[in-house]
Amino acid sequence: MALITPDKLKSSYDVIVVGSGAGGGQTAYTLTLEGIKVLMLEAGRNYVPETETPMFETPDQAPLRGAGTPDKPFGFHDSTIDGGWTVPGEPYTSANNERGRKFEWWRARMLGGRTNHWGRYSFRNGQYDFKPRTRDGLGFDWPMDYADLAPYYDKVEMLIGVYGENDGLENTPDSPPGALLPAPKPRVGDLLFRKHAGRLGIPVVAAHRAVLTKRLDAGNLPAKLHPGNPTAQRLVREAMEGRAACYWATDCVRGCAIRATYQSTTVHLPPAMASGNLDLVTNAMVREVTTAPDGKASGVTFIDKITGREHRATGRVIVLAASSGETVRLMLNSKSARFPQGLANSSGLVGKYLMDTVGANFSGQIPALEDLPPHNEDGAGGAHVYAPWWQYQEQLAGKLGFARGYHIEIDGGRRLPTMRTTSGLEWVTGGSYGRKFKEDARRYYGSFLSFSGRGDMIPNEDSFCELDPAVKDKWGIPVLRFHWKWSEHEIRQAAHMQQTFADIVSAMGGKMQQPPEKDGTKAIANGGVIIHEVGGAIMGTDPAKSVTNQWSQTWDVPNLFLTDGAPFCSNADKNPTLTIMAQAWRAADHIVAELKKHNL
Amino acid sequence: MNTTPSRMDRRTALKWMLAAAASTALASRYAHGQGPAPAAQGYGTDPDLLKHYKPGDVWPLTFTDTQRRTAAALCDVIIPADDRSPAASAVGVVDFLDEWISAPYPVQVADRGIVLPGLAWIDTESSRRFGRAFAELDATQQAAICDDICHAATAKPEFREAARFFATYRDLTAGGFYTTPQGRQDLRYVGNMPLATFDGPPPEVLRKAGLL
Repeated sequence: MALITPDKLKSSYDVIVVGSGAGGGQTAYTLTLEGIKVLMLEAGRNYVPETETPMFETPDQAPLRGAGTPDKPFGFHDSTIDGGWTVPGEPYTSANNERGRKFEWWRARMLGGRTNHWGRYSFRNGQYDFKPRTRDGLGFDWPMDYADLAPYYDKVEMLIGVYGENDGLENTPDSPPGALLPAPKPRVGDLLFRKHAGRLGIPVVAAHRAVLTKRLDAGNLPAKLHPGNPTAQRLVREAMEGRAACYWATDCVRGCAIRATYQSTTVHLPPAMASGNLDLVTNAMVREVTTAPDGKASGVTFIDKITGREHRATGRVIVLAASSGETVRLMLNSKSARFPQGLANSSGLVGKYLMDTVGANFSGQIPALEDLPPHNEDGAGGAHVYAPWWQYQEQLAGKLGFARGYHIEIDGGRRLPTMRTTSGLEWVTGGSYGRKFKEDARRYYGSFLSFSGRGDMIPNEDSFCELDPAVKDKWGIPVLRFHWKWSEHEIRQAAHMQQTFADIVSAMGGKMQQPPEKDGTKAIANGGVIIHEVGGAIMGTDPAKSVTNQWSQTWDVPNLFLTDGAPFCSNADKNPTLTIMAQAWRAADHIVAELKKHNL
Repeated sequence: MNTTPSRMDRRTALKWMLAAAASTALASRYAHGQGPAPAAQGYGTDPDLLKHYKPGDVWPLTFTDTQRRTAAALCDVIIPADDRSPAASAVGVVDFLDEWISAPYPVQVADRGIVLPGLAWIDTESSRRFGRAFAELDATQQAAICDDICHAATAKPEFREAARFFATYRDLTAGGFYTTPQGRQDLRYVGNMPLATFDGPPPEVLRKAGLL
């Protein structure tokens, strides 16, 4: 079994997985290593990071010095293929285009999806994050506890490789010994951040990111991940041996040719393919999940984007992991006499409670970082430290005016110069040009730090998606229409971020181009912009009030599972990818057990 | 590509006519000389990321000889040669600027609408003040013009629009320059190479930053 064209499809599969990113990759990995025959369908093209990643290409070798364009919004060398805020021929709509009401949707059409370019932040949700309603009366509790997911967090961290440290902080879970890789040393800006934020009571600790700071322990980890399964152990050992440690250069958003970072394409899919249990079809745009007369899912229909022909695949279990938005869209487009509102939508909640992460940014110019002696700050291709949320108790006591917290990410330093590095300096240089400008560029290079808040969003009734009544994509498939509204909790949180970051910049003795934005509606990024879209098919304990149970299994259709972010019923400040993978592994284990019991 | 030489000649002629009319409103001077927006295609959503591109590889370029001369002179006023690195024009920045303003993407099309009229304005202004094109002025004369437009926040009202052009042009010139090997070396960027270990900032860095 391998990468195949649609004419090579087998007559039936145990499981069909739609999507190849964090959720689909983890699901296929777990199932195939347990001997389950899986068909994976990916809407984008095949992608080979080992040969396609521009590891050392510099901006001067790219068109427009690598600056972002509508074709490559995060820059020419960003790994995203056929994606971004728009995808040609595949529109989506917003019910309201005003600032704060608009939803912006980042998609990728490539094997591995958005895992190829993501920031690699890998944080565990804590116990508060699983029981937010119990704690503060808002949103929804997850139908499980942290303890239920903790063993899967352990396994995912050991499999993908996550650097970080255990700090024993509130609602910021520690990992068991041996699960985390050593954190990289902080950069000079990180140390300044730690020193001055610390004085404000903000803890700055090692970031957790899915980058190998040393090679994985291929001798011991596979037995921990797959006890009693020697075949899986061998395949995982071989895959781990095929991954090099980070060589401290190039930005992770480019992807990683040496497999030092987690990407579905370099971590989940190689052992799944080597198992012989995975068939993969790329350029397969799934149109619909089909159902049998008994109401169970029977397969999918998909369009081969190369030939334009429609195909059908059959499976005992259907797993949707196409991204929250695409999974919801597929369900809503899978209408039948039994499911006139869309598949597994008897609750009417498919598409509801869409969430993103609250985002706001602020930057400062730090005189202490001017004119530093030259030194290499590339590091692990992303952040080395961050500040987890620190005001849980004050918040619970109602002292902050908003219910949920945020963490702080830091960026800056003496990085590979881009079009932005020496741009917009007029506010510090007073408009210099000539020799003076060259001196200023040297002086200020590396002296800017930017802080990004990443905050919890509480699900609300006004943030959802539905099928647009008129607009279809180029294959005639109805597209999503998004509705968005932040609550006062998120808006006040964004204003709080601004003030906090300004306080940090001031504490560092830094300069600000403008004062912090006090109006949260102006500080907050549009919905979707942080690219953490989750929800839309929330999990719960009551079939009338949720779409899936705690196994990401839909209440209405027992052989239909959703293993991306769609079942999230809250969106903690923690970046969702690690939780998507842990929950996908847990759901896949459940699928294996239920298949063995002939329950599916 | 969209601009034939004869068209440019006419534009040049118009420019000198306008130079004679010193009282002409700045806005109207900006209204000509922009040239049509590029009709070319971009590089698409799945370009070869490993290929090394040069200006003109993906879409055709724009600058006429006249524009090129002015562009190069202004680049080098902004980033002249010094003992650490060459001038901007010596490392391909003029070609880059041409690539930028010729690109079919919204940001670049907008910048085209700033840069081409801006280059025309600065020649007009040079002619008005000193009777010669900008590239033919001496350093003091060039500075006399640039000093009026180099800082948008304090520029006199009659120079505000030109100052916006200068700010854009300086950003583009600097971006073009500091992304070259010579520019990276000027900034003493020392990364983008594989290392066996990441050792963090050395003591002299910590000392300078007040952390030791």
